[in-house]
Amino acid sequence: MIQFLIRRTFWALFLFVAATMVTYLIFFVIPADPAKLAAGKAQTPAIVNHIRMMLHLNLPIYQQYWLFIWNLVRHGSFGYSFVNGLPVRSLLADEIPVTASIVFGGVICYLAIAIPTGIISALRPRSIMDRMGMIFVLFGISAPSVWVGLMLLYLVGFRLGWTPINGYCSMSANHLPGGCGGLWQWAYHLILPWITLAVGSAALYTRLIRANVMETMSEDYVRTARAKGASFARVLFQHVLRNSMLQVVTILGMDLGLLLGGVVFIEIVFSLPGLGAQILTANNTLDLPVIVGITLFACVSVITFNFLVDVLYAWLDPRIRLG
Amino acid sequence: MPLLEVQDLQTRFKTDDGVVKAVSGVSFELDRGKTLGVVGESGSGKSVTFLTVMGLLDPRHAEMTGSVRFDGQEILGLSTARLRDIRGKRIGMIFQDPMTSLNPVKRIGWQLEEAVLIHNDVPRSEARRRALEVLEEVEIPKAGTRIDDYAHQFSGGMRQRVMIAMALINQPEVLIADEPTTALDVTTQAQILRLMKKLQDEYGMAIVMITHDLGVVAEVADDVIVMYGGRIVESSKVDDLFVKPEMPYTWGLLGSLPRVDVDVERLEQIPGQPPSLLRPPQGCAFNPRCAYTFDRCREELPELRPAEGKTDHFFRCHLDEGDRARIWAEKQAAMAASAESAA
Repeated sequence: MIQFLIRRTFWALFLFVAATMVTYLIFFVIPADPAKLAAGKAQTPAIVNHIRMMLHLNLPIYQQYWLFIWNLVRHGSFGYSFVNGLPVRSLLADEIPVTASIVFGGVICYLAIAIPTGIISALRPRSIMDRMGMIFVLFGISAPSVWVGLMLLYLVGFRLGWTPINGYCSMSANHLPGGCGGLWQWAYHLILPWITLAVGSAALYTRLIRANVMETMSEDYVRTARAKGASFARVLFQHVLRNSMLQVVTILGMDLGLLLGGVVFIEIVFSLPGLGAQILTANNTLDLPVIVGITLFACVSVITFNFLVDVLYAWLDPRIRLG
Repeated sequence: MPLLEVQDLQTRFKTDDGVVKAVSGVSFELDRGKTLGVVGESGSGKSVTFLTVMGLLDPRHAEMTGSVRFDGQEILGLSTARLRDIRGKRIGMIFQDPMTSLNPVKRIGWQLEEAVLIHNDVPRSEARRRALEVLEEVEIPKAGTRIDDYAHQFSGGMRQRVMIAMALINQPEVLIADEPTTALDVTTQAQILRLMKKLQDEYGMAIVMITHDLGVVAEVADDVIVMYGGRIVESSKVDDLFVKPEMPYTWGLLGSLPRVDVDVERLEQIPGQPPSLLRPPQGCAFNPRCAYTFDRCREELPELRPAEGKTDHFFRCHLDEGDRARIWAEKQAAMAASAESAA
């Protein structure tokens, strides 16, 4: 198991280096001239040259890359925004909690829906519950999250007035005049985004869990457990669930990593200042350091969650530890 | 009183294509400490018969009628809760494929302990002691260290030993073995059969040996039933079946049995496929594949009737005694001749 962990850790580090390299190449080497972009409207050759020196764009590419990595690893610096000069790191520090709040809350919501629905549908195929679940699944898969978000905003937020229609409140208390904060306000502002995120994914996960539980129920070792005289609950919890969660864990890990890179549609629809909204703005203004910062964060979160999935997987399935 | 008494058992599956008559009117008895061999091809209903006996079929899909009496108590249609007290405690069961019959994510020891803990109110340490004991009993080398291994760390034969250990851990009165040696290589098969024999002598349990291999039956069984198309087509003492089988299907099975003592040029095979249980043939289910079919076979299902002068040998066939005696004599002569020419 320890050997497995070491192997996986090295693999994750390698992936991280590879990701920085690719990101760097795509955003700093291929586009026309970052210095001109950074100069903005005041482009005189002198200013552009000055900026080129400051950004070390006059150095060979491998040195630029090395500096980029050095600043990142040694100082935790992603550089400064071309648009407003703020450090990218502080932008990320403001935006990551917003995106993470949406994602983790949404994931908890959809798992809370999908796990029971999936299991019940699998145990009672063709029952009313199963059929209603399938209708919900079909709806969830067909409805784009933008549409779901807008409909919820209009109906629940605007028409019924039950929830705020936009904005974000931080989890910690906020004593500024007009500011909002605290756990309750935080959840109150995020409930619609969570539901929006949950509708589509709950559908997918319900299907996935249903299929996996049904498959596991027909395994020979489940029949063995029943022949031993195990009760239904024991068969389900001890023999079926762990085996049928393997695939769910894999996909959940991948989803979490990807979502943390920014839930663009949801952040736009609900005017939430997260990574997704920021990367859209940065794209429009070609604010390269910000784009790189967010992309790298997304890469790191994908790598991290893949690593966690590998570890969890090895814990769930002993065959993998030795493989 | 027989330990297990099955009467007129019927199992049907409702499918989208129609009703599958998997088991039709099966009756037999099993006495304490005896071994019953159940022989037949895939799809003959032998496994389904015993899954029905164990109550392991889903009543939403399977319709089961008839009677299954275990130790004098009717257990067919018993509630799952009551049935659970019998399953794994008084009737143990092992399955064909030891590769897939053990849970891959739980340690062997855990799975054995579970079997103890389900039925006995004992601490886990006691269950573990019992698990270790039974692993030694089924001759697993270094049982003390292997108890914490996972199924994938065992070979096929060792896994089947673990399965046997798990079925026997509560010292059941009946062990139902569904093709326990089919997935194993020949030397391992022999070891497993010998082990089962040994354990039967020690524990005194009755065994139901479900197999498609008459060789296995000859080795271990006292009585044998031959199944075809969901019905019993012949039943007798095991010796009698090999001396004078009465039914063309059994002749075919015996002809297709490889023997070490006689060298045969080529094994006989039964032509055709097992019957569809969805749309079984009219009359005798074996008639499309039988070399001796005549008009009556296609119209009328033969009754299970006693063989000439015997009370413990039954068969289903319309051929009269004279014909059957003649054909069997010819078959034996042909087998002997083929053996000679090969020698």
